[in-house]
Amino acid sequence: MGYFAVKGGADAIENSLALLDFYRLKEASSPLEINQIVSQLRIAVGKIMSEGSLYAPEYAAIAIKQAEGDLLEAAFIIRAFRTTLERRFVSETLNTREMFVRRKISASFREIPGGQILGPSMDYSQRILDVKKAIETKESIADLLKAFEGKIDKENLAEITFHDKVIDILNKDGLLQKADQKEDRRLLDITREAIRFPAPRSARLQMMARAETGALMSMGYSSMRGFGSVHPTVGELRYGMVPVRIKDPRGRIRYIGSIEVTEAEMITETKKTNEAGVALFSIGYGLCFGQNDTKVICMGILDTTLRNPDPSLPANDQEFVLYHSEGIEAMGFTNHLKLPHYVTFQSSLHNVREAVERNK
Amino acid sequence: MIEQNKFATQYRFAFIDEATKREIRRKLLKAIAIPGYQVPYSSPEMPIARGWGTGGLHVTLAIIGPNDIFKIIDQGSDASVNACNLRNFVHTMTGVETTLDTQKATIIQTRHRITEEVLKANQIFVYQVPQPEPLRSVERYENKTRQMHGEADYAKMWVSLYEQYVRHGDIMLGAGYPVKVNDRYIMAPSPIPRWDIPNLHNSEAIHLFGAGREKRLYAVPPYTKVAPLEFEDVKFHIEDFKGKPCFRTGYKKAFLDELYYDDGSKHYVINDSNFLDKLVNKETPIQHENAYLNKLPHESL
Amino acid sequence: MNHYSENWLLKVEGLTKIYGKSNVRSIENTGPLFDSNICPETGAIIACADINFELFPGEVLGIVGESGSGKSTIVKMLYFDMEHSAGCVSFHKAPYIGKNILNESNQSKRAIRNHLMGMVYQNPRDGLNFKFTSGGNIAEKLIMAGNYHVGTIREKATHLLEKTEVPVLRLDDLPAHFSGGMQQRVQISKAIANHPPLLFLDEVTTGLDVSVQAKVLDLIRELQQELGIAMMVVSHDLSVIRMLTDRTLVMKNGRIVEQGLTDQILQDPQHPYTQLLVSSIL
Repeated sequence: MGYFAVKGGADAIENSLALLDFYRLKEASSPLEINQIVSQLRIAVGKIMSEGSLYAPEYAAIAIKQAEGDLLEAAFIIRAFRTTLERRFVSETLNTREMFVRRKISASFREIPGGQILGPSMDYSQRILDVKKAIETKESIADLLKAFEGKIDKENLAEITFHDKVIDILNKDGLLQKADQKEDRRLLDITREAIRFPAPRSARLQMMARAETGALMSMGYSSMRGFGSVHPTVGELRYGMVPVRIKDPRGRIRYIGSIEVTEAEMITETKKTNEAGVALFSIGYGLCFGQNDTKVICMGILDTTLRNPDPSLPANDQEFVLYHSEGIEAMGFTNHLKLPHYVTFQSSLHNVREAVERNK
Repeated sequence: MIEQNKFATQYRFAFIDEATKREIRRKLLKAIAIPGYQVPYSSPEMPIARGWGTGGLHVTLAIIGPNDIFKIIDQGSDASVNACNLRNFVHTMTGVETTLDTQKATIIQTRHRITEEVLKANQIFVYQVPQPEPLRSVERYENKTRQMHGEADYAKMWVSLYEQYVRHGDIMLGAGYPVKVNDRYIMAPSPIPRWDIPNLHNSEAIHLFGAGREKRLYAVPPYTKVAPLEFEDVKFHIEDFKGKPCFRTGYKKAFLDELYYDDGSKHYVINDSNFLDKLVNKETPIQHENAYLNKLPHESL
Repeated sequence: MNHYSENWLLKVEGLTKIYGKSNVRSIENTGPLFDSNICPETGAIIACADINFELFPGEVLGIVGESGSGKSTIVKMLYFDMEHSAGCVSFHKAPYIGKNILNESNQSKRAIRNHLMGMVYQNPRDGLNFKFTSGGNIAEKLIMAGNYHVGTIREKATHLLEKTEVPVLRLDDLPAHFSGGMQQRVQISKAIANHPPLLFLDEVTTGLDVSVQAKVLDLIRELQQELGIAMMVVSHDLSVIRMLTDRTLVMKNGRIVEQGLTDQILQDPQHPYTQLLVSSIL
């Protein structure tokens, strides 16, 4: 089949790709292993799964390696990969009450059912650069793991207990705002259709679940700082493993595995009132793959702000928040400025030259 | 752990899955039935970055068949790096024959130019579109622009053109000049220069527009009225190169690129790489004709 | 007041606006007799209810009342700036004869606003687009009526600015830099650009200096006499009503308490509230 290789352009691309490999590998003493990335760069892997909108830790790790750590690129690679995959099932609704909790905190109450569990978190670590991480050895790792296991009394493991969510407490006391009847409650799939505005909540939450963390963070931050009207409290933030189930062709519900998610329920006092005219609490919800407190907190903040449109506040503007937090689109379009624009520019040149002529 | 054969996936013909291709084709049919109307579509992610031609690719890959002959240009040139990358991708995913020859191609994908050589009834012209919404500069919300199109409420657009005239003495829009299609919808023709706009009108070919990032498809079917927005007394005009010749062929009646050399000299050359090559080889390609070309002063032709 | 003649331009029947959840007793439990707009049972706000009146071609009708009386609400509904809760509005202009224009499509409503109605708001920012020049603002109306000739547009706009005594040199200036009085004049130019048979003026001089007020009111009166436009003038100020209007509706707590010839109402007010208003003119 005839393929016209245009010499100039094709060569440049070939050389560029070769250079990429060269820069990545010229000082590689040994290849970075995928399982090392999955296990020791767990947070980055979670971020890529979340923004790539594909739960697949190994593929995420490959993308991170391929992109040399550029997490915007890596998320993009995973998104593109996702399109090639066939969708065979839609899972049953995930029930985060079934989460095997690794971390569970609340800022709204001092004590919560099951207690405040810090879990693996940097929150109370001191951010002092730990240079000892540069000289970790296989032996020091083994020692550390052995010491940790030594702390666990395998004979007397605690019972697995189940506890209510914090919002259940508020709900029982009738303090939670009910879902607004006028709210658009359609369930749309944002990967199957283009969303038009105003978008239903299902679409907004999906878009935020795979939005770029930094973008959500900056808008959530703006909302707290005075460009906003929301003063939220962390009702509950949890991280852990949630079971995933599907219905098999015979209609039986089957467990297929568990995924890591982080979930936040942000509580705000709302201006809206119930029938009796009382202002209740409303919940802003956040959920994403992997361990990512920042993202779910900001998602919860924005879930609330987006339900209270206000043209003067960027974080309360659906189109502003949702269009501009989509990392893959934002990265693509901002970078497209690197493409040649000389014809477009030529048009402008003509206009300006003519304007100058007219003014002579 | 990942097994080796997980990566041996053979990509299907034209990369995109059949259901999505079908969706794109259905949406294209709707677009052709309503000239100039923006049809929302799912716009799946591609291995090419958003803003770098995913929309054009969606259209091409949805309609291409094994017997098509594919050409792709960027800013008029087949040799542009991004065009090379996309040509490579389409060829790898389809095995389809590729060409530089405008006349030979059955599908031509373009970034921001229409070919100088005329397009025929067997050809489909696919545009890569950065911003499908012609009203975006006067109204930032999709919610409102949708309503404006639905009600043919284009007053704000017209007033902005009036204001430009008042401020600058002429309408200052350059590439991507807004047009009215079939006397109904105002459409963004993608950032093609003014030079190319009149060649959309009454064309023999089908013109399809893909905006991947913004997730919209639209179309101008053959023999459709496409009129640039103009006032009765402030008319649309194309770029006038004022008789500067192409330094390689001496030809004047084409869109020219300005080139600056190290010694400070400035030269002009025909932008459309295939048209240039044909003239250099003493061939006689048939150029697009339109009323605006004939309005240029004599020395410009 | 009963009008037996049928050549009205605008007929309003049962026009009502309610905020919040009302019940069957909400309307009868609010109004001037209760000195309240708020339904005692549901907390709903009855901004106005059971509004009935007619407007005749070339007539100037005033609506007077204090804030909260519902006067602005009526005009907002008639100009489609606000959704109605109930009511029927008939406009005696083809092709809307026999229809309730409140139920027309968005496109029809826009056509009515472009060709058959004009509106001048209290705040110029509501009636003008501050991103466009004063000429551009007027041009918007002219373009919507099918004028696509820049020369003609500018001629007509210039003519309108002259009529409203705005210096013609300001045609290409942005209204943000104008004084309040001049902004109102530009608004008036824009509102009458397409020679509509009906013009709404909502507290147009409130907020202007007294001397500027007088000039704008003079202008409005002159234009009305010259062009014969029917007008609805909303004001809390009886002296504005006295100066401009032929007939007046007096409103309190969302209801019309008295209507009649302006002169008669001012000389011989019947309703206690009207008497109170008239007696407090300085």
